[in-house]
Amino acid sequence: MDTMEVHIAEVPVEKKTVVRSLAPRLVPRLKEKAIELLLQLAAFTSVAITLGIVGVLAYESFHFFQQVSVVDFLTDRQWTPLFADAHYGILSLVSGTLVTTAVALLVAIPMGSLIAIYLSEYASRSVRECVKPVLELLSAVPTVVYGYFALLFVTPTLQKIWPDLPGFNMLSAGLVIGFMIVPYVSSVSEDAMRAVPVYLREGAFALGATRMQTALRVVFPSALSGITAAYVLGVSRAIGETMVVAIAAGMQPTLTLNPLEPAATMTAYIVQVSLGDLPHGSVGYQTIFATGLMLLLITLLFNIAGHALKKRYRQVY
Amino acid sequence: MRLKSGIAKYIKSTALQRRIMRRKGLDRFFAFEGLFVMGVALLVLFALVGQLTADGGGRLSWQFLTSFPSRFPAQAGILTAWIGTILVMLVTALAAIPLGIGAAIYLEEYSGKSWLTDVIEINIANLAGVPSIVYGLMALGLLVYELHLGQSFLTAGLTLGMLILPMVIIATREAIRSVPPAVREAAYALGATKWQTVRDHVLPYSMGGILTGMILALSRAVGETAPLITVGALSFIAFLPHPPWQGEFPFVSFEWLFDPFTVMPIQMFNWVSRPQEEFHVNAAAAGLILLAMSLAMNAVAIVIRARFRKRIHW
Repeated sequence: MDTMEVHIAEVPVEKKTVVRSLAPRLVPRLKEKAIELLLQLAAFTSVAITLGIVGVLAYESFHFFQQVSVVDFLTDRQWTPLFADAHYGILSLVSGTLVTTAVALLVAIPMGSLIAIYLSEYASRSVRECVKPVLELLSAVPTVVYGYFALLFVTPTLQKIWPDLPGFNMLSAGLVIGFMIVPYVSSVSEDAMRAVPVYLREGAFALGATRMQTALRVVFPSALSGITAAYVLGVSRAIGETMVVAIAAGMQPTLTLNPLEPAATMTAYIVQVSLGDLPHGSVGYQTIFATGLMLLLITLLFNIAGHALKKRYRQVY
Repeated sequence: MRLKSGIAKYIKSTALQRRIMRRKGLDRFFAFEGLFVMGVALLVLFALVGQLTADGGGRLSWQFLTSFPSRFPAQAGILTAWIGTILVMLVTALAAIPLGIGAAIYLEEYSGKSWLTDVIEINIANLAGVPSIVYGLMALGLLVYELHLGQSFLTAGLTLGMLILPMVIIATREAIRSVPPAVREAAYALGATKWQTVRDHVLPYSMGGILTGMILALSRAVGETAPLITVGALSFIAFLPHPPWQGEFPFVSFEWLFDPFTVMPIQMFNWVSRPQEEFHVNAAAAGLILLAMSLAMNAVAIVIRARFRKRIHW
């Protein structure tokens, strides 16, 4: 012990370096702080984007609702903002969105769930590793290409079955959106099902259940929380989908729930107005922000509902 | 005793055997059904590619790649569109990647648990679910009319950058999280500062995941159409943007940032929505190239992921 202290005391440079090393240490420390600050700023840009979205939509919609009453907006049955006899009934656009979304979900939820069950409970590892990336390509195809496919392949094919199906219709747009969101539904549900512990399956097998019974009565209910998240993701995608409906469903706002008819969705209307040349600040220009706000609110509503369901079905192992 | 013999009798009975057979049959049918549905999904993918190839394959030519858009379908090409796509992607990547990686590093390495971090996290999760066209509306109101950036490459790139930012952040965070804490502790033990640890250890080891995430995010941006229509893409541009280089010092020019823009999906949308069938052929050809672009990016991402997964074993 004694010799150690002596040894340290004998180091000759102590006093000089204390003075000198303060400055060189200050610079790195400042640099560390600056970097942290920069990274923090980067993290805050995402909040800024949200504020920007809400701010712009609220600001322009506020001006819109100074000229159009909210009651008319929510109850009028016609949407003709660009005509001389202007009506601002958003229901005509909401109905289009709901119909295409419903058709899409009728395709995507059963297909996505069945694929997820197959991949998680039946398929071997090699099959799964092979099929998953290929399936995910379905969601990598640009939406405008899907629009082309819906208009020039699906609609003509359907017309062979129903000859009086119009060239623009919500059915083929919805069907194609459905195929587009299958990978979202299947891959998130599959992850949820694979997270179910093996001993639950083993328990079911031990009681003599087949794979199908295990999958449907044990694994699926246990993974319901994650599966709900997958469905909500699919719903959000379908509601916000734009190009497929803009190309294949027509752009005529119609208050109808019949998928065989052409109709405009909220997103298609925004595209239609953006393609034209409306002066900045006019009511017509403001309608797209009011429509966008409505779209955002509906998406939010589904997400909140999904979150509540997700919480309700959460299981802890 | 009677119970036992009853059970034995039941096990041997044909009724039970039949029920077992039926359940097994149902099980096999269910498996077949899963396989069938998967086949249908893949068939749709093949039908899509097949239809595009059949319609537009013959239209692909050097002339198609090097011509401006035209009123005459046979003379029209996608020169301005593919150059536009590359330039917009450049701006998008430069905007979203540094910001996204920075945000992810902050959230994973620097920030502790606080309500502020929670707000940022919830916010990012929600942003990922916002419809893409809403980003376009925001960019129209904010970038075009408030900041006066015009309907330009800069606006388009920033719009898509904001759109993919949540994807970049989420992918980077996942990649960073997969680096075990022991690596960081070892670096600290040797006297490294936080930033040195991140720069020299955490980032290099998570590069595979980060790269995969970036490419997937950009491939999403390549096909994105709706927000760019909202900010005002032109579909008929018969001139090239200013070149990004110039003869005199400093040799790079940023004039192109403020030129009017178009991109591949916009050009394709324009051709699809025309009634003439000749333009549909052009649309199919443009779609094939667009499809090839995004599928190639996805393939690269898959390969990178597989390679890095093989190389690193913690």
